[in-house]
Amino acid sequence: MANLSASDDYFRFFGLDQQFQIDLSALDRAYLAVQREVHPDRHARGSDSEKRIAMQMAILSNTALQTLKNPITRGLYLCKLHGVDARLETNTAMPTAFLMKQMDWRESLDEHAEDLSSLEVLVEEVNQSKQETLTEVIQAIDGAKNYERAAELLRGLLFIDKFAIELDDAISALL
Amino acid sequence: MALLQISEPGKSLAPHQRRIAVGIDLGTTNSLVAIVKDALPKVLPDSKGRELLPSVVRYLPNGQTQAGFEALESVVSDPKNTIVSVKRFMGRGIVDVDHIENAPYDFVDEPGMLKLRTVAGDKSPIEVSAEILARLRQLAEDSVNDEIVGAVITVPAYFDDAQRQATKDAAKLAGIEVLRLLNEPTAAAIAYGLDNATEGIYAVYDLGGGTFDISILRMSRGVFEVLSTGGDSALGGDDFDHRLYCWVIEQAKLPPLSLQDHRKLLLSCTHAKEQLSHNPLARVHETLTDGTVVNVGISQAQFFEITQNLVAKTLVAVKKALRDASLKPEEVKGVVMVGGATRMPHVQRAVGDLFGSKPLNNLNPDQVVALGAAMQADLLAGNQSKDDEWLLLDVIPLSLGVETMGGLVEKIIPRNTPIPVARAQDFTTFKDGQTALAIQVVQGERELAQYCRSLGRFELRGIPPMAAGAARIRVTFQVDADGLLSVSAMEQGSGVQASIDIKPSYGLTDAEITRMLQDGFASAKVDLLARSLREEQVNARRLLDAVQTALNSDQSLLSDQERVAVEQEMKILKEVLNEETESAILRKAVDHAAKATDEFAQRRMNASIQKALAGKSVAEI
Repeated sequence: MANLSASDDYFRFFGLDQQFQIDLSALDRAYLAVQREVHPDRHARGSDSEKRIAMQMAILSNTALQTLKNPITRGLYLCKLHGVDARLETNTAMPTAFLMKQMDWRESLDEHAEDLSSLEVLVEEVNQSKQETLTEVIQAIDGAKNYERAAELLRGLLFIDKFAIELDDAISALL
Repeated sequence: MALLQISEPGKSLAPHQRRIAVGIDLGTTNSLVAIVKDALPKVLPDSKGRELLPSVVRYLPNGQTQAGFEALESVVSDPKNTIVSVKRFMGRGIVDVDHIENAPYDFVDEPGMLKLRTVAGDKSPIEVSAEILARLRQLAEDSVNDEIVGAVITVPAYFDDAQRQATKDAAKLAGIEVLRLLNEPTAAAIAYGLDNATEGIYAVYDLGGGTFDISILRMSRGVFEVLSTGGDSALGGDDFDHRLYCWVIEQAKLPPLSLQDHRKLLLSCTHAKEQLSHNPLARVHETLTDGTVVNVGISQAQFFEITQNLVAKTLVAVKKALRDASLKPEEVKGVVMVGGATRMPHVQRAVGDLFGSKPLNNLNPDQVVALGAAMQADLLAGNQSKDDEWLLLDVIPLSLGVETMGGLVEKIIPRNTPIPVARAQDFTTFKDGQTALAIQVVQGERELAQYCRSLGRFELRGIPPMAAGAARIRVTFQVDADGLLSVSAMEQGSGVQASIDIKPSYGLTDAEITRMLQDGFASAKVDLLARSLREEQVNARRLLDAVQTALNSDQSLLSDQERVAVEQEMKILKEVLNEETESAILRKAVDHAAKATDEFAQRRMNASIQKALAGKSVAEI
């Protein structure tokens, strides 16, 4: 059951259990159910207060959706709910092995920027690494409830994600 | 949900209860107005049966204006005072308009938006557009013989904030209450989707007179969800005309032409282009003012070749939009073609080839946007029964950001984020005792601010003096359902929440609108005082209606005491509404009554969400 007094908990806002692994189609259904009620188009003839409140709720549900849909922001949000700040701006320390792998990838991208098949092999590798890290995040959050560990993994995922976007850009430049 | 039947005859509101709202397609070349009548959207023709109003305005020395067909007649003879394709200049400065040297007007560069020098004075593109909108409003009022409660006005999906704001200002100037600014491809999707009971992923390819949009939508069970959008707000059928014009000049080895001859030959080229959509050959045949005869033949193949790069440009945007939605062309179930320029066979073919399917064009591409806008207007006016209502979820087309040190852009709201949306960002001062701060807001995808569109400087004043870096100013960027930005700021570091004044450098202030109205906005000779009183009366009635509806359905959310208090407030407002002739006093009463019902509105909203989510879980079991 949704609890709206707790609009600071996006999971409860959509009536979902507070965990990392969520049913994305349930999220989608809950989002649409909420939007059907609060979207400003539904209140076009309402009083100004009604319009303002509708807009605030529509914004809240959009923000909640965006946060929960993406696994990285969802994970960071769970960490925050449990009092763990990932300190993304200040904490950039990463394990050496992780940094080495990142450097390898970057070199690979620079060397094969014009070679589609090599880049596609690299995409596979990056995706696999992302999946493995996500599996670890699931264990850290839903299993061990170790949010410090999860925050560390998620910081790494942000790097991986950023690289995946650059890689994607390089590939689409070749298409 | 019955998608085919827009409203069942038995369930629709009694005639006197229907509120008439119109859909307006304010196009680069032509504009249209449509309404929903007997559950069907219909374009309203003028007294001569013509459905398209040319988007042309002519200024006469006596300050009078002509618009539409009447103005179109003077395009060649009076080029400087006869404004065509004004949409290209909306919300734009001189530097923002590509190939501005090809336009025959005398421009006046003004901060934010250019002006056009005419025989009747300098005119902002907003004023010119308002003339067109005022004609459409008149046409609609004459045609339905009733008052129009408001309009949904369409804009290219790829319009930025300044262009949207300019469109809304133009409507305000024309005395039109804007129910919603609706993206053109989304409007087309409504007309198309509701008509065909469509489900799945669809693309809308909209090549108009001066703008190009591509939107990718997911349509399902009465929900239109825009997944991504892209385009070029300065690419359209006009560019194909211009390309052909340049080619003819080259072929006929003509010297630079006078303004009159330019317009004359360009019209001839437009005509030839249209011919080439149905015939393998066309001829540009024109006698210039000095007697020179231009006579150049062109084949379809030649025309396709010289304009192929324009078509290719649209395809790049299509691919980008697909990528943004993480989709491949083959995952798209169908492509809807919108805009007169999509009649060109090579455009149809190129789009068909990319998606591997035949484009859908069974609705008139000139009308489909206006029809969709009329349906949305009817919905917003409250004429649909709740079970038949559809939901539209749109996105912001271009990323919003702020300029940081070194001219870099820090993105605050990325493109394709669903709207309405708000994001907060903290800023601080860098000098001791600093009380003001300027934020440069930009819109676009580039990393350097100079390559993005500047939306202007927002000045924050009234920051309490503190040591450098001690102030924490939380700036909230909010984009509403019209895609319009508003910025608010709060100082939080000091613990005292000081509200901060913000002044955007674009958009018209109420004072400017008033001045424009006084400055002989020709087609709206109105008594300003009467107009502002009327606006307040409309507000008051809307509040009374809304609260009455709320009391009828959700009285249980209030205690007896609360209910009596709300009823008392409404009674007072009703009395003020009936007796008051001073708009400022009425406004005060409306504000007071609105405040008194805030809590009730919030409770109703919460209850409706609870109910919606509870219903969902029951359905799942």
